[in-house]
Amino acid sequence: MNEYTFPILYGVAVGVLTRLYLLRTDYRQYPTYLHGRTIHIALGAIAAGLGTVAVPAIMEKEFAAITFLALAASQFRDVRNMERNTLNELDQYELVPRGKTYIEGIAIVFEGRNYLVIFVSFLSTLFYLVWNVWAALAASAIGMMVARRFMSGSRLKDIADVKYVKPHFEGAGLYVDNIYIMNIGLPARREEILRYGMGFILTPKNFNARTTIANLGQRQAILHDVSTALGIYRDSGTPALVPLAKRDLNDGRVGIFILPQVEDIEKAKAVIENVPVLESAIRMPGERRWKRRGGSGDDA
Amino acid sequence: MTHEKMILAVITINGEAVAGGAPIFVCRTKEEMERIAANLEAILDGIAHELSDGLLVIVKH
Repeated sequence: MNEYTFPILYGVAVGVLTRLYLLRTDYRQYPTYLHGRTIHIALGAIAAGLGTVAVPAIMEKEFAAITFLALAASQFRDVRNMERNTLNELDQYELVPRGKTYIEGIAIVFEGRNYLVIFVSFLSTLFYLVWNVWAALAASAIGMMVARRFMSGSRLKDIADVKYVKPHFEGAGLYVDNIYIMNIGLPARREEILRYGMGFILTPKNFNARTTIANLGQRQAILHDVSTALGIYRDSGTPALVPLAKRDLNDGRVGIFILPQVEDIEKAKAVIENVPVLESAIRMPGERRWKRRGGSGDDA
Repeated sequence: MTHEKMILAVITINGEAVAGGAPIFVCRTKEEMERIAANLEAILDGIAHELSDGLLVIVKH
């Protein structure tokens, strides 16, 4: 026991708590299993330890120890690889796959959260050692809130309006509003599709959103989330019953066609609205600074 | 081996309209055509698309 024992214990505990707080099993169904959670809690504990011991190391002028932090950070990059590989393997056996963009998004989040844990642990221990346990408590609370804010990105409802439209056929062509989805040859399949199918139109709120929802990975994420939340009227060997999202080339609207097992329009709408906007799908052409001839580089 | 984005079979009630490399099933009635297409859809794991009235093709996507 020395003067660092309690601050270190405190920092590690806060770090692990932060990881637990950020690790939720929700409708995305991941990580569902005990073992998946164990991996992340264990890594969270290691991250918390790293963040914590950095502070006493600095105070004892053990600067060599700090360089190990950089080394450790590379370990957390492996978290991303691990998640990516696992999810890619699982994706092959999904009725409606997540898609690579969604998987990459999830993997990034898992890596990022470990860094947030390091950050919170570091702050907590620092405040404990410099001031006292009360300052540390305040720092932990603020740190957790910041981590929480970092954790939640924007949702689809922030960038697009969602409207229900009943799908219809024109000949063999399936349409959602005026957006062509696919060609269905068999009348029996058409009946099934009209019975179970739902259509939604996503209208982008601005030009940036238009490019984001056009991203194929973002569209696949929407289809996957809806199919997970509401079930899917589909099996292997029924390729005609496939949820699809197609784009209106004229105005950038996206037509979503889904086959949910729960026929609740309001629920489906809510699920679509709450699909996360994938980090890797976000495009901001509007952020470009235009250098006009003779101008001084105003925003477009 | 899977053939994707290829016409795997043609089912028609109008034998003169089609010719070529894919297996062609010429049927007498529309009902027969639809029945065969439904079976082929399940067997080939493809989708039956309608090109015109009385002419279906199976394509795997």
